[in-house]
Amino acid sequence: MAADESYPEDLRYHREHDWARVDGDTATVGITWYAQDALGELVHFEPPEEGASVAADESYGEVESVKAVSDLISPLSGEVVEVNPLVLEEPEKVNDDPYGEGWLIKIRLSEPGEADGLLDVAAYKALLEEQ
Amino acid sequence: MQTLRRTPLYERHAALGARLVPFAGWEMPVQYTSIVGEHRAVRTSAGVFDVSHMGELSIAGDGAHDYLQARLTNDLDKAGDGDAQYTLLTNEQGGIVDDLIAYRRGTDDYLLVVNASNVEPDHASLSETEDVSSEWALLAVQGPEALPRLGIEVTPFTFHEGDVLGVRCLIAGTGYTGERGCELGCAPEDAVRLWDAIVDAGIVPCGLGARDTLRLEVSYPLHGNDISPDRTPIEAGLGWACALDKKFTGVDVLREQKERGTAEKLVAFVMDDKGIPRQGMAIEEGGTVTSGSLSPVLDQGIGLAYVSSELAAPETKVTVDLRGRPRAAHIVKKPIYKREE
Repeated sequence: MAADESYPEDLRYHREHDWARVDGDTATVGITWYAQDALGELVHFEPPEEGASVAADESYGEVESVKAVSDLISPLSGEVVEVNPLVLEEPEKVNDDPYGEGWLIKIRLSEPGEADGLLDVAAYKALLEEQ
Repeated sequence: MQTLRRTPLYERHAALGARLVPFAGWEMPVQYTSIVGEHRAVRTSAGVFDVSHMGELSIAGDGAHDYLQARLTNDLDKAGDGDAQYTLLTNEQGGIVDDLIAYRRGTDDYLLVVNASNVEPDHASLSETEDVSSEWALLAVQGPEALPRLGIEVTPFTFHEGDVLGVRCLIAGTGYTGERGCELGCAPEDAVRLWDAIVDAGIVPCGLGARDTLRLEVSYPLHGNDISPDRTPIEAGLGWACALDKKFTGVDVLREQKERGTAEKLVAFVMDDKGIPRQGMAIEEGGTVTSGSLSPVLDQGIGLAYVSSELAAPETKVTVDLRGRPRAAHIVKKPIYKREE
């Protein structure tokens, strides 16, 4: 079942509808409720390799619904240390639980200060209001 | 700015929370809840599609038979009165102007149901017909439980008039999903009453998204993707719908292609690697994807592609360029999915 719309207070947001949960020098990354709703039921996750470098504002993979493909934009820079194996098998987990079981990758941050440049929940909701 | 047209069921779609998108100049529901869920409903029970955007051309009177027989590819005389026939409209180069269903009401009395995006070119090629699209609403009810739930029977590729859940309809044993079912034509003013009765019978509203994945699983071509005025029925594997022993527009080209073969053929393929093929992607050994999606039944990427004829045999291994990533696939015999009889 698709989740109800929500944007947790403890996350940082990227304007391309990605979120990051920063914990020390690592971050867990996924896509927001808005992004999964716009795409519809996800049927494929094209992940990066573990160990690959990702750069803030650049694509690190793709998610696909039946009708659409969307680039995944990394909110932060660093090295991919884990890809969510559950989403590889069951991409619809992103629809069910975008901020929990539906996380996509974990990054070891190379520039932890970048997190300060991301949106807080109020700023992200304001961005959604404009769209 | 072009105003999108709306079918008589627009309010129903909006009330159901459908995602509405522009399609062939119409504002149409692409999905109500989930493309995959709607797809499965049609494969396992029954679904209803609003296809009122499709066009209808009518021709009746002396000479109607001979007029169409000289312009449509299939042999109208293989259809008796009350039969529905899949056929093609071709241009002088043998290219496919449209694919359509011809309903033979009498020797000199036909209704043609054509693609929404092709009403104008069809009407231009068949100028003696009358465009009666505004006189029809059209609902497709498809799936193994479709006919039982409607309480009707209809033989595939036949049609008759009758009452369906209290509404006067043209009941046709046709569809675009590979399942048993029907297409129901009614007056636009009766469409809401018919739709409500169908939904009340437990039949699941389905959008054009599921219609596309359903037709792709059974390898039915979509005009504008897989067939076009630049592709012939011989290349598209639709020679079975062309009576090459009669005279019709472009027949000489088709006879020659049938005799000599074509450089490319439209084939169905299934991905062996993960990933979803999409329209426009290259087949690295020589070809182009014209339709691609995830098959909800197989849970694999599937598609239709024009490939070099030497690659067209089933089981041939090919490589699809998925946005820079080479992914393995193999050609399969059409259809990709066949329901159990």
